[in-house]
Amino acid sequence: MPLTEPDRTTEQSALTVRSLLVWGLLAGLVGGLLAFGFASAFGEPSVETAIGIEEAGGAAHDHGAEAGGHSHGAEPAAEEEEVSRAFQSTGGLGIGAVAYGLGLGGLYSLAFAFAYGRLGRLTARATALAVAGLGYLALVLVPFLTYPANPPAVGKGETIGERTGLFFGIMGISLVALVLAIVAARKLAARWGGWWSTVAAGLGYVVVVTAVAKALPSFNEVPDSFPGSVLWEFRVASLGTSAVLYATIGVVFAALLHRGLTRKTG
Amino acid sequence: MTHAVAVPAPIPVRIPIREILPYALFAGVLSLIALYFVGAEQGALAVFDGTYVHELVHDARHLLGFPCH
Repeated sequence: MPLTEPDRTTEQSALTVRSLLVWGLLAGLVGGLLAFGFASAFGEPSVETAIGIEEAGGAAHDHGAEAGGHSHGAEPAAEEEEVSRAFQSTGGLGIGAVAYGLGLGGLYSLAFAFAYGRLGRLTARATALAVAGLGYLALVLVPFLTYPANPPAVGKGETIGERTGLFFGIMGISLVALVLAIVAARKLAARWGGWWSTVAAGLGYVVVVTAVAKALPSFNEVPDSFPGSVLWEFRVASLGTSAVLYATIGVVFAALLHRGLTRKTG
Repeated sequence: MTHAVAVPAPIPVRIPIREILPYALFAGVLSLIALYFVGAEQGALAVFDGTYVHELVHDARHLLGFPCH
C-alpha cells in the first residue's frame, strides 16, 4: 500500500470531474468539426438529391396552385425559407454538428467519470475508448437499426411525433440495457471470470434490444419512387457521421486525459 | 531507491459518485439541452415558435439520424 499511495493521491488531484468536463468539451468540439467535415463531404450529396426529389414530388402534386406552398409545414417552399438551403448545408450543418458534439462531449466525460476504475482493470485510455465505443453501440447503432435515419422526402409529417418519441425511447432503453449489462458483467466477473461474464452480458444486451426493437411499431414511409441507392448512400453517411463524432471524441479525450495524468504524476 | 518510480499507466482510481453528481446534474442538463435543440426542437416538440431552429440544424439533424419531418 505505501508504494501506491503517492500515485493514488497525485492521480486523484489530476482527475477532477472539472478537468474531465473540459477535456470532454474540447474532444466534443474537435469531434463536431470533423463530423461536420465528413457530413459535408459524404452526406450532403444525398441530402441535396433527396431535397430535389422532394421538391419535384411537391411540384407534381399541386400543379395548379400558384404558391406551391403544399410541401409539409416543417419544410416550407423555397421562397418562405428562413434559412437558405445554401446556409443550411454549410453553416447550419456546422453549427448543428458542433453544438451536438459539445453536448455529447460533455455527457461523454461524465460517463467516463462514472466508468473509470469501475470497468475492471482497464487503463484510463482504454476506458475512454470503451465508453466511446459502447456509447456508439447503444446510442447510434441500436437506434439506427431500429429506426434508420431518413433523408428529406422520406417520412410522413403525421407520424413525426410518434417517430421522435420512439427514437428517443429506443435510445433510452438501449442505454439503460447497456448500463444494466455492464453492472451485471461486473457482478458476475467475480464468479465466472471477466471473459464469460462479458460474453453473457453482451449476449443479454443484444437479446433485450433485439426483442424491444421487434416489439416496437415500425414505419415504412419510403416513397415507392425514392431511389434505393440514394437512401443507402444517405444512411451509410449518417452512420459514418456519428462514427467520426464518437471516434474523435474517444481518441481526443483519451489523448488529453493521458497527457493530464502523466504530466501531473511525471 | 526508496520511492516507487512513476507508473506510466496509473492505477485506476474511482472518482466517488458524490463528487460526480453535482457536475452530472448541471453539465448533464446543459448538454442534454444542446442535444435536444439539434435533435428535436421545432420538429415533434417545440419550445420556441417558428421553424428557424429546425431549418438551421436541418441537415445535421437528418445526418445524425434523428427523425426530422
